[in-house]
Amino acid sequence: MWKFSLRRILIMIPQLFVLSVLLFVLAKMMPGDALSGMIDPNVDPERIEELRNQLGFYDPWHVQYASWVGDLLKGDLGTSFRFKMPVTELMGQRIVNSFWLSLATLILTYLIAIPLGITSGRFNDTLRDQLITGYSYVGFATPLFIFALVMLWLFGFHLQWFPTSGSVAPGSVPGTFEYVMSKLYHLLLPALSMALISTYSTIQYLRNEIVDTKQKDFILMARSKGASESRVYNRHIFRNSLLPIAAFFGYEITLLIGGSIFIENIFGYPGMGQLLLESISQRDYSVVVGTTLLFGIASILGALLSDIILSIIDPRIRIK
Amino acid sequence: MAEKLLEIKNLKTSFRIKDDYFAAVDDVSLTVNKNEVLAIVGESGCGKSALAFSIMGLHTRAKMEGNISFKGENIVGISPSKLNKLRGKNMGMIFQDPLTALNPLMEIGDQIGEALLLHNKELSKTQRKEKVIKLLNKVGIPRPEYVYEQFPHELSGGMRQRVVIATAIANEPELLIADEPTTALDVTIQSQILDLIKDLKEDMDSGIVLITHDLGVVAEMADRVAVMYAGQIVEIADVTTLFEEPLHPYTRSLFNSVPNAKEAQDRLHVIQGIVPSLQNLPRIGCRFAPRMPWIDGEAHEEHPEMHEVKPGHYVRCSCYKHFHFPEESKEEEHHGVS
Repeated sequence: MWKFSLRRILIMIPQLFVLSVLLFVLAKMMPGDALSGMIDPNVDPERIEELRNQLGFYDPWHVQYASWVGDLLKGDLGTSFRFKMPVTELMGQRIVNSFWLSLATLILTYLIAIPLGITSGRFNDTLRDQLITGYSYVGFATPLFIFALVMLWLFGFHLQWFPTSGSVAPGSVPGTFEYVMSKLYHLLLPALSMALISTYSTIQYLRNEIVDTKQKDFILMARSKGASESRVYNRHIFRNSLLPIAAFFGYEITLLIGGSIFIENIFGYPGMGQLLLESISQRDYSVVVGTTLLFGIASILGALLSDIILSIIDPRIRIK
Repeated sequence: MAEKLLEIKNLKTSFRIKDDYFAAVDDVSLTVNKNEVLAIVGESGCGKSALAFSIMGLHTRAKMEGNISFKGENIVGISPSKLNKLRGKNMGMIFQDPLTALNPLMEIGDQIGEALLLHNKELSKTQRKEKVIKLLNKVGIPRPEYVYEQFPHELSGGMRQRVVIATAIANEPELLIADEPTTALDVTIQSQILDLIKDLKEDMDSGIVLITHDLGVVAEMADRVAVMYAGQIVEIADVTTLFEEPLHPYTRSLFNSVPNAKEAQDRLHVIQGIVPSLQNLPRIGCRFAPRMPWIDGEAHEEHPEMHEVKPGHYVRCSCYKHFHFPEESKEEEHHGVS
C-alpha cells in the first residue's frame, strides 16, 4: 500500500513538469504581453521596447521558462497588474472559497447519485430505474450555465430563498458561528445547482456496474451460502460496484473545476474560477498562469487521490 | 430402499424472452438418495446448470412450476428467508468456474467464514477462524493460516476451486450440487478434486448431484446417471446399466462421440447439428428427432413419455427401438430390435 502510494506520487513529478511546460508555452502564445495594456500609450514605443528587453521578453523561451520555474519554486507567481498585489496573496483568499464550494458540490453529488445509482441498478428495468435514468440523461444534456441561471432566477430572485451573490454576508466577523453559517448558506445554491446536473456519470456508472456485478458467479455463490438479499447487496455487490466510481473520482474533480468556472461567475462567488475569467478578459497575465497552474495541479492531485482510494478498495491493485 | 433426500417432480423452469416464457428445464423428474451420486450429463446448453440453479433457487427472474421436495418439504416458491436457511446449511453448491466464483475483494477466510456466520450465530470469531482453517486443511490447502488472509487473485485455479468446495461444505450439507466442478481445471487437478468430493460423500453421507459433460468423470463418480437433452431428461439409469446398454439415441450418440484410446479412429462420431436455442426448441414430439433425420418420423411419439424399460431404467420416447447410426445398415437395426 505505501509502496504503491509512493510510486504513484513519484509519477506525479513528470506530470507536473509537462503541465508547467504546456502552461508556459500556451501563455506565451496568448496575444499581447503584460506591457501592451498597462502602459500609457503616450510613452515612447522605443522606451517600451527597452523595458521589454530589460524584463527579458526577448530571451530564448527556455531561459524565460527557467526563471519562471525558479520563481515558482520559491512560491513567487508574480504580481497582478490589476490588483497590484502578489498573485499568491490574491489567490490565497479565493482558493479557500473555491475549495469549500468544490467540496460541497462533491459531497452533494455523491449524496444524490449513490442512492439513486444503487436503486437504479438493483431494480433495473423497472419504472423507478427508468425515472432515475431519465433524470440523469436530462442532467447530462442540460448545459450547466443555463441550468445555473434558472436556479439563480428561481431560488435567488423569484423565491428569494438564497443570496444571489458573494461568499459571505457583509459585516460578519470571521471565526464566529454566524460567519460559518453564512458561508454555508452562500455556497449551498451554487453547489446544489452544479451537483444536480453532474450526477449523471456517477449514477450511470454505478447502475451499470451493479447490473453487471449482480449476475456474476460470486454473487450466486453468496446467495448459495444463504446470504439474504440485503447482505448480498451490501457486502458483495456494492463494494465491487464502487471500483469504477473510485477510478472516475479524479476525472470528477477535473469536471468540477471546469464547472466551477461557470458557476462562480454566474453566482458572483469570489473563487478561483471567477478570478480566472476576469483575469483573462483583463490580460492579467500572471494571474491567469497562476490560476491555471493551480487547476492543473488540482486535477493531478485528484487522479492521485482516486488511484490511492482504488488501491484501498481493490486488493488486486494494492499488491503490485 | 435408500432414503430419499431430494425428489423433483415435473419441474419446469421458464425464462421470459420478450413477451413469452421459454422452458429451459421441462418436465424433469428425478430423485437423489442419501450417500448417492447422481450424475447429470448432456451437451452445453441442454439445461443442466439451469436445473442445478433451480434446485438451489438461484434463478431470480424465472418462472418455476412443479415440485422440488427436499427432505419431504416442497421448496419451490417458498419465502426467501426460508430458502436462505436451507441454502448453505442443508444444501451447498460448488460452482463451475473457480476464477469467477469468489469475491475478488474479500479475503479467503471471510468468504468461507460467511457460510458459517450465516448459519451458526453462536460461533465466536476465533472459533469461526479455527473452523475455517480446519476446512482449508480438509480440502487440502497447504499453509491454511496464510491462505486465510489471502485474496482470490493470489491463488491458482485449483486452489480457488478447493476454496469454493470448502465454502460449499462448511456446514456439512446433506445435499451437495456440483456444477461441472472440474471443467475449468487441468487433468491432474481434476482427479484430486474428484477424489476430494468422493471422500466428502463418504464422510458426510450426503447426496451429490454431479453435473458434467465428461463421461469419464461419470464412470468414476456416479451411482446413477441422468442424461439431459434440450431441457428434458431422456434417459436415467444406474451407471453400469447406462454404460453397458444405453438405449436413447442421444445417449448412444454421446457414447459414440467419445474418443477411444485403445482403437485408432480416423474420425470421431459427430452428432449432427447443435442443441437448439430456447426459442427454437421443438415443443411437440421428440426433441432429438431433428438431429437424426435418417430415422423415420413414425418412430417418434407425439408426446414423448418416460418409459420404464427395466426397474430403475427409464427412457423417453419410443424412437430408441428404431434407432441406428447412419453408417450402420438397416438389417442390423432390425436384428437389434428383435
